[in-house]
Amino acid sequence: MATEILMPALSPTMEEGTLAKWLVKEGDTVQAGDILAEIETDKATMEFEAVDEGVIGKILVPEGTEGVKVNTTIAIIGEAGEDMSATPAAASPAPAAPVAEAAPAAPVAAAPVAPVADQGPDWPEGTPMKTQTVREALRDAMAEEMRVNDNVFLMGEEVGEYQGAYKISQGLLDEFGAKRVIDTPITEHGFAGIAVGAAFGGLNPIVEFMTFNFAMQAIDQIINSAAKTLYMSGGQMGCPIVFRGPNGAAARVGAQHSQDYAAWYAHIPGLKVVQPYTAADAKGLLKQAIRDPNPVIFLENEILYGKTFEVPDLPDFTIPFGKAKIARAGDDVTLVSFGIGMTYAMEAAERLAAEGISAEVIDLRTLRPLDYGTVLASVQKTNRCVTIEEGFPVASIGNHISAYLMQNAFDYLDAPVINCTGKDVPMPYAANLEKLALVTTDEVVAAVKSVTYR
Amino acid sequence: MAAKRPTPASSGKTKAKSNVSPDELKKFYREMLLIRRFEEKAGQLYGMGLIGGFCHLYIGQEAVVVGLEAAASEGDKRITSYRDHGHMLACGMDAKGVMAELTGRIGGYSKGKGGSMHMFSKEKHFYGGHGIVGAQVPLGAGLAFSDKYRGNDRVTFTYFGDGAANQGQVYETYNMAELWSLPVVFVIENNQYAMGTSVQRSTKSPSLWERGAAYGIAGEEVDGMDVLAVKDAGQRAVAYCRAGKGPYILEVKTYRYRGHSMSDPAKYRTREEVQEMREKRDAIEHVRQLLLTGGHASEDDLKAIDKEIKDIVNEAAEFSKESPEPPLDELWTDIYADA
Repeated sequence: MATEILMPALSPTMEEGTLAKWLVKEGDTVQAGDILAEIETDKATMEFEAVDEGVIGKILVPEGTEGVKVNTTIAIIGEAGEDMSATPAAASPAPAAPVAEAAPAAPVAAAPVAPVADQGPDWPEGTPMKTQTVREALRDAMAEEMRVNDNVFLMGEEVGEYQGAYKISQGLLDEFGAKRVIDTPITEHGFAGIAVGAAFGGLNPIVEFMTFNFAMQAIDQIINSAAKTLYMSGGQMGCPIVFRGPNGAAARVGAQHSQDYAAWYAHIPGLKVVQPYTAADAKGLLKQAIRDPNPVIFLENEILYGKTFEVPDLPDFTIPFGKAKIARAGDDVTLVSFGIGMTYAMEAAERLAAEGISAEVIDLRTLRPLDYGTVLASVQKTNRCVTIEEGFPVASIGNHISAYLMQNAFDYLDAPVINCTGKDVPMPYAANLEKLALVTTDEVVAAVKSVTYR
Repeated sequence: MAAKRPTPASSGKTKAKSNVSPDELKKFYREMLLIRRFEEKAGQLYGMGLIGGFCHLYIGQEAVVVGLEAAASEGDKRITSYRDHGHMLACGMDAKGVMAELTGRIGGYSKGKGGSMHMFSKEKHFYGGHGIVGAQVPLGAGLAFSDKYRGNDRVTFTYFGDGAANQGQVYETYNMAELWSLPVVFVIENNQYAMGTSVQRSTKSPSLWERGAAYGIAGEEVDGMDVLAVKDAGQRAVAYCRAGKGPYILEVKTYRYRGHSMSDPAKYRTREEVQEMREKRDAIEHVRQLLLTGGHASEDDLKAIDKEIKDIVNEAAEFSKESPEPPLDELWTDIYADA
């Protein structure tokens, strides 16, 4: 049976090409793999091979022809002795691959999240509370989840025998043994990849990065392997894993150890991103993260580790993702922050109250999913918004919230949203400069005065 | 500790090995031919514009996966790079589902959302299909970690190329795999060209498997154009891993006949070099001759197999054209698993 040989597409972008040279003539017998012709594409001259054996019946496009469209019939191949003269000589392009149907207008907002504010209590009224540091809360969260699920294990540098570089994993090796509390060599790219593979294999790894600065070495595994595989597999291959560790500036450790990665990770579909402030949130959100079937980035802060908060004295509680907390109610302005940014927001609110300005402070707690509803409802009430974070100003979380409010609350805003962020400089070492590089309470107070026209 | 020296690599001479029955030999012929015909068809569909983007063909390397799959047992895992069609067919994934993924249709293994480089099958323990050179190596060790953690005796085949062998994460993984005695067979498919750069132009190491010695990992070189030699070495590697002795490296010397991807003009090597491999070392022809000269199959028997394979591939191609594109709401699914 005669088959048509079509002008091939030899690159992802090729639409037409030059049939530079025929290496066979009519009547030649060819085998699969024999070079039929040389074709010039937009990038290179390529050899075009036969995919089947047969006899060249007719050559329809002579060599030297330029602008031959992809899928044009350029020759006819058939079996020996076959009459191929009846085959049409006209070389018109065969129907190409189906073009995607016109897509209906895509929703403008990238995140199809219904903004409904859930401000129910995180735990029942009247729950007894105890005092705990963030450090202890994080350890208890891991220990509780490890007790109920044998597939949960902790891996990282110095998490075992050293008891954690920041003592977050204190006591875990003693309780769970070396099989589940695993000291790694200093090899972030490698152990992050091994942990992601273990999650593909059905385990629930917790990877501790000594700091998130070092996770830069592993970022390909976090983004390309952990975050994208569920989608690329059409839903078959989940990656239940938690990457956790201190994030952002500590004190006097210089540019390479002082970066806030909140905006980086929040950018990625497929990741969930958490940045708690209080010990109760740290515990409830980390337990939620360990149970979540998706990759979770859990951003802690070294300066907050030793800070004490009230934590519910319950055998088990979790805090859902995507639920912000109104940390302080107010009417005149909305302050939106998360993680250590909350220290500046809360200090500023206290000072502003003394000056007669009532600030509502929202702790986002999770950055992906983000609780748009709570922010929107608050701004519709206060008509003013200031965001606070330690990260760099360009493409910050505050920028995103500003854009969201401009699209969804434009008519409610009485002033432009101001983003208080870290400065657009690498972190300096000198104490005075470092202080200047971070966001300050004074800046938050000044921003609020600006948006309230005081 | 001294490197564990391997048994000498097989010579690759066309001599029937005792580890293979005539029936298995026919099976090898059939499986390798399926990969080759499938890939030729994929190349054809690419030329017609039905397959887009990158498409890396496995033609020439068929004996590697077919030989190693013959050494695997049910439950063993496999993971590889973006040149992955052969691996999927060899572990029993359906040709229709693979081809339909190449054409970006809903009937594909990833519902058309992964493409040539990103396909998976939990049922067949195939963990992808990874597009970043070398990234599958720690992932493969992690799969092996999960089996060791559970205390079963499964093994993970982790495939990568001579190009990936220069990635740092490979050596980070070697270190931990040996440290933790992970049951992983590292398979270096050395087809001699990392895209357009020959091994000689990318390293002064005389061999790639011997780099494992720096971490205490045993290994050997294998003739990847001889499916019997590959199976033989695979069995050795698997037995070693299953016995709890840790990882094992197989550097399988092979050759890809086609370009790195469909848009590769392949000017970095001579046509004669490719022709010589095709004519003198072809893995399928090798088995074909073993079957004929050994009296295990007649020309007619082989023709019947050829016909059967052609039908499977044509059916896959038809399916891949007829299966619809994914519905538009698939854009928003599978980003997160339900909590």
